[in-house]
Amino acid sequence: MSAPATMPVIERGTATSRTAAMAVAVIIALLAIAPQFLSAGAVDRMTALFIYVILAAMWNALAGFGGLVSVGQQVFFGLGAYFAIRLADAGLNPFLALFASGFVVGVVSIPLSLFMLRLRNGEFAIGMWVIAALTHLLVNLDRLVQGETGTSLISLNVYDAGTRRATIYWLALASMTALLAILFGLLRGSTGAAIRAIRDNEDAAASVGVRVTGTKRLLFVLAAFGIGIAGALWLATSITFQPKTYFNVQWTAYMIFMVLVGGIGTFEGAILGALVFFLIETWFGGTGVWYLVGLGATAVVFSLFLPRGLWGTIEERFGLRLLPVGYRVRLAAASADDDATPQQTTKHQEKA
Amino acid sequence: MTHPQQQAILAAAAIHKRFGALVVLDAVDFTMAADEAVGIVGPNGAGKTTLLSVLAGAFPPSSGTVSFKGGDVTALPATQRCRLGLVRTHQVPKPFSGMTTFENVFVAASHGAGLGRDEAYEEALGSLKLCGMLGVANRRAETLGLLDRKRLELARALAARPTLLLLDEIGGGLTDGEASELVDTIKELRRRKIGIVWIEHIVHILLQVAERLICMDAGKIIADGAPQAVMADPEVVRAYLGGGPK
Repeated sequence: MSAPATMPVIERGTATSRTAAMAVAVIIALLAIAPQFLSAGAVDRMTALFIYVILAAMWNALAGFGGLVSVGQQVFFGLGAYFAIRLADAGLNPFLALFASGFVVGVVSIPLSLFMLRLRNGEFAIGMWVIAALTHLLVNLDRLVQGETGTSLISLNVYDAGTRRATIYWLALASMTALLAILFGLLRGSTGAAIRAIRDNEDAAASVGVRVTGTKRLLFVLAAFGIGIAGALWLATSITFQPKTYFNVQWTAYMIFMVLVGGIGTFEGAILGALVFFLIETWFGGTGVWYLVGLGATAVVFSLFLPRGLWGTIEERFGLRLLPVGYRVRLAAASADDDATPQQTTKHQEKA
Repeated sequence: MTHPQQQAILAAAAIHKRFGALVVLDAVDFTMAADEAVGIVGPNGAGKTTLLSVLAGAFPPSSGTVSFKGGDVTALPATQRCRLGLVRTHQVPKPFSGMTTFENVFVAASHGAGLGRDEAYEEALGSLKLCGMLGVANRRAETLGLLDRKRLELARALAARPTLLLLDEIGGGLTDGEASELVDTIKELRRRKIGIVWIEHIVHILLQVAERLICMDAGKIIADGAPQAVMADPEVVRAYLGGGPK
């Protein structure tokens, strides 16, 4: 083997991905001014989409990147709404309460992680569900909530409907953008590599110096925080808080659906999956039970024929990576690269 | 002991390991100096891999102590021991399947060796090059064959910048040509002053590197010393060829 004259170069992005990054910025800017042109109903629907994207991205980070498959993430969704109610009741501005609630959920998830992260695989998945059911019952005991009767974020009613709708839309857009940026930064950095290593083999990760428990905790708490924000935003859009709606396992089922359809373990996949789910819900959500049958059937079809999801399949087939978190080695000597698209990629010592 | 305590980089004293009623390690004492290359041989089930796991911190011994670089590391988990410079490979390769070869090695360089980004890139590329894996750097580890998975174990451990490397049967199943490449790689590590503990069934490969040989049988060290002397030891011959019950 002849040694190449210069060292190989590590690439983080491609020409396509730099275009994609700009496109993302443009899309977000367009979304920010969209309420001016959209109907009230459309603004509400878009707000829901942003919340779905947060949910999908968080579950994907946890399960797709970190290997922590949970079917109890609704616990953080419910707590996000519940703490917002509590904080607003204590006199905090309702909009501020939404975000303060996210932080409280993050803090609550730290002691929870101490024992939940000792569980592995199926035990963790089901254990989280148990925690969610238990938390649901505890929240029901709060006299402010009045059991399943529920309560409302009444302090939000001092704002007129138009202001409220637009403000929640912008808050949801800003939250989604910020959370996606935080996740992307985390997954793309060396901690992200550690997270994926833990997913693939926990023992081997420990044997090469990865702090397994600390890294899992970071991811767990971040996901709790993000899903807590999503729950609080959902409360803001619907005003009413009934524990059984928020602590319902359907929320986690939706997260799993979005991630599996979009492409588990790819950053783009979760966003795409949320969009697919959103469209299905928009078009077929009114069809009652057939809507749920359709969702289930879609999930089965995907797991049978496209197990890597939409984006996973696109990535595999076309070598397309819009928001890559991985590393590609570009050998200085031409040829040896067995990768599909050497011409599309451009050399650059990582700068982005 | 022939190796005085003050020179020892790694010392295991009175190690016992039981899995339920099964005694896998029975009062094992093992000491080595920083610049040694120690080979470990012994029949299947002798406790070689278990000893390596106890040394690396994969699980704690039932009793006994392990010290590394003069400090007691018995209670330290594998992560911390790796960061101190005590790094292992796995007999059955444990690649990060969903990550590329480069990413596998990069994890070790950035976390095990604690390097910043650019240094970690350099370290990872260097160890891939040393192990002849640059050509498959962008392949997902799950697509690699057994030989490359074994190489990856070595490359990944190296990227963590070990002072002492614990190798577990990385030569198994290699052709003669591949085995001699492996020996060259290990000799290069010796030039870099990395201490080696190497468990291997293929004794003729091992003897090209090991300056000292240990033979284990039934959870005990039955011979320890110069390789040729150990191979000629009647206890060792009996352990391998079977001399009936003792």
